[in-house]
Amino acid sequence: MGMTYAQKLLAKAAGKAHAAVGEVLEPQVHLAMSHENGALVINQFDEIFQGTGREAKVWNADRIAIIFDHRVPAESSKTATNQKKIREFVAKQGIGKFHDIRGDVGGICHQILAENGYVRPGAVVVGTDSHTTTHGALGAFAFGIGATEMASVWALGRILNVEVPGTIKVVVSGKFPEHVYPKDLILHLIGKISAEGANYKAIEFHGEAIRNMPTSGRLVLCNMSVEAGATAGIVPPDEETQRYLREEAGVKEPLELFGPDPDAVYERVVEIDASALGPQIACPHTVDNVKLINELAGKKVQQIVIGSCTNGRLDDLEIAAKILKGRRVADSTRMLVFPASWRIYQKAMSLGFIQDLTQAGAVVCNPGCGPCLGIHQGALGDGEIALATTNRNFKGRMGNPKAEVYLCSPAVAAASAITGTITDPRGLK
Amino acid sequence: MKNGKVVLKLGDDISTDIVYPGRFMATVLPTETPQFAFADNAEFNGKLKAGKVPAGGIIAAGKNFGCGSSREQAVSCIKGHNLTVAAKNIARIFLQSAINLGLDIVICPELEAAEGDELEMSGGKIVNRTSGKAFAVEPLPKARQAIIDAGGLIPYTRRLLTTRP
Repeated sequence: MGMTYAQKLLAKAAGKAHAAVGEVLEPQVHLAMSHENGALVINQFDEIFQGTGREAKVWNADRIAIIFDHRVPAESSKTATNQKKIREFVAKQGIGKFHDIRGDVGGICHQILAENGYVRPGAVVVGTDSHTTTHGALGAFAFGIGATEMASVWALGRILNVEVPGTIKVVVSGKFPEHVYPKDLILHLIGKISAEGANYKAIEFHGEAIRNMPTSGRLVLCNMSVEAGATAGIVPPDEETQRYLREEAGVKEPLELFGPDPDAVYERVVEIDASALGPQIACPHTVDNVKLINELAGKKVQQIVIGSCTNGRLDDLEIAAKILKGRRVADSTRMLVFPASWRIYQKAMSLGFIQDLTQAGAVVCNPGCGPCLGIHQGALGDGEIALATTNRNFKGRMGNPKAEVYLCSPAVAAASAITGTITDPRGLK
Repeated sequence: MKNGKVVLKLGDDISTDIVYPGRFMATVLPTETPQFAFADNAEFNGKLKAGKVPAGGIIAAGKNFGCGSSREQAVSCIKGHNLTVAAKNIARIFLQSAINLGLDIVICPELEAAEGDELEMSGGKIVNRTSGKAFAVEPLPKARQAIIDAGGLIPYTRRLLTTRP
């Protein structure tokens, strides 16, 4: 019986010829990523070694990545002290893939991993961040884990108890209409299968619309696969994956690409016609509460956020800059932009996007996760409504349980900034 | 799970942002996280901090409990109060972290329970002594039993480190 992409990849990483759905494996980890919560990982890691008489040494310092992004620059002495503890650990262990608070190589962990070529097709990637699913866009099996699980990975170099998941095949045909984007596709999918529709499963993306989609869009799909509960979202690697890794991520060494078997068995097939999609909005307080924009058009919003590991890439900033160039953010709202990395920020500067956005009245902040999860800048006031290109709208998410967050594409966010109300970009003159 | 009283009744899709709001994430140590458990639910958080929620109490939740972020604080903050989570089902990362840290969890797909109900675990089911109804319990993944038996992932990994070549 043929294997899905996830089955094949996990079998290979566990040194087996075949892996059945439900089988429990201990695959080797190719990359283990943490951010500020590395402080807790260090704590748990040290505890593992207590009483063993062994030196607490990570299994492979080259396979660990640590990126500061959640609270940068530090918002409190507590965070600064955690970051200091991590820097000391990085130096002591010799961890090379470390991205400190810097305007050249800093940024949001998931963008940093992708743009620096740390992720390869066929790799097992784990991260102490639920949006680690992002890296399935490059053909990795990538998933979020807790800090104690990561401490175990740092010690062993393997991840224990990985159940080979069943796979949902999502086939996307057609071409996206103007002003409709991968974000609209993934919101539509989550609305269709629900926030737990892919729990404990992998999602494999196929079809003409996926093959024609640049990696930046595939990263959006896999990033938000976890919002349907998926263990991993995966785009089987192809020529575009190679192009991205070679041209944008600077990867030189040979790449080993494979796909699912033609006779792979899927638990479910979901077919979507991209050409029939319109702009989508995920309404409070669950990501699967998805509506078409016309049901919400005209709703007043007090804060627009463009950015995050979901939609803070160069093409997202370009879409927003083109819509806002020569226009003005409405006085009744405020607009915050968080590019996903400093590399993107610098390119956006040289292309004039940052100037277009700030001249329209947007505040462009440094790359980071802050407002997406309400921990650093961009908090909402009581009763306020935000429209954001981020990935979650849970109660309390943007720092205030008495506020509401709606999720959308960068085009909808930019169009809505002009009017101060939820606005369909297809109607802009 | 031992027998206990439902101290908090929750619906479906309770995210880790509800269990442990993001703005307290700079606090990471299991000894410090319990003070922020359900921080946006002032009444319940107040009772927890005042010691008015007895240890062994049960949080009864719906589907997809613990969805969202991988923050382990959402697990350690509940464990710190010695509470059990009984849910219709549990999101993947939360379930694994609960097993890793030794938080008592029960998956009970049809569970019906209201705040104040007395629940009893017996022979693979939960009996709601208040309503008299019984509900089947889904066993935890078999492969995880070794971690539970070892007392959590830290002692389990320690043993692997010292016994495997």
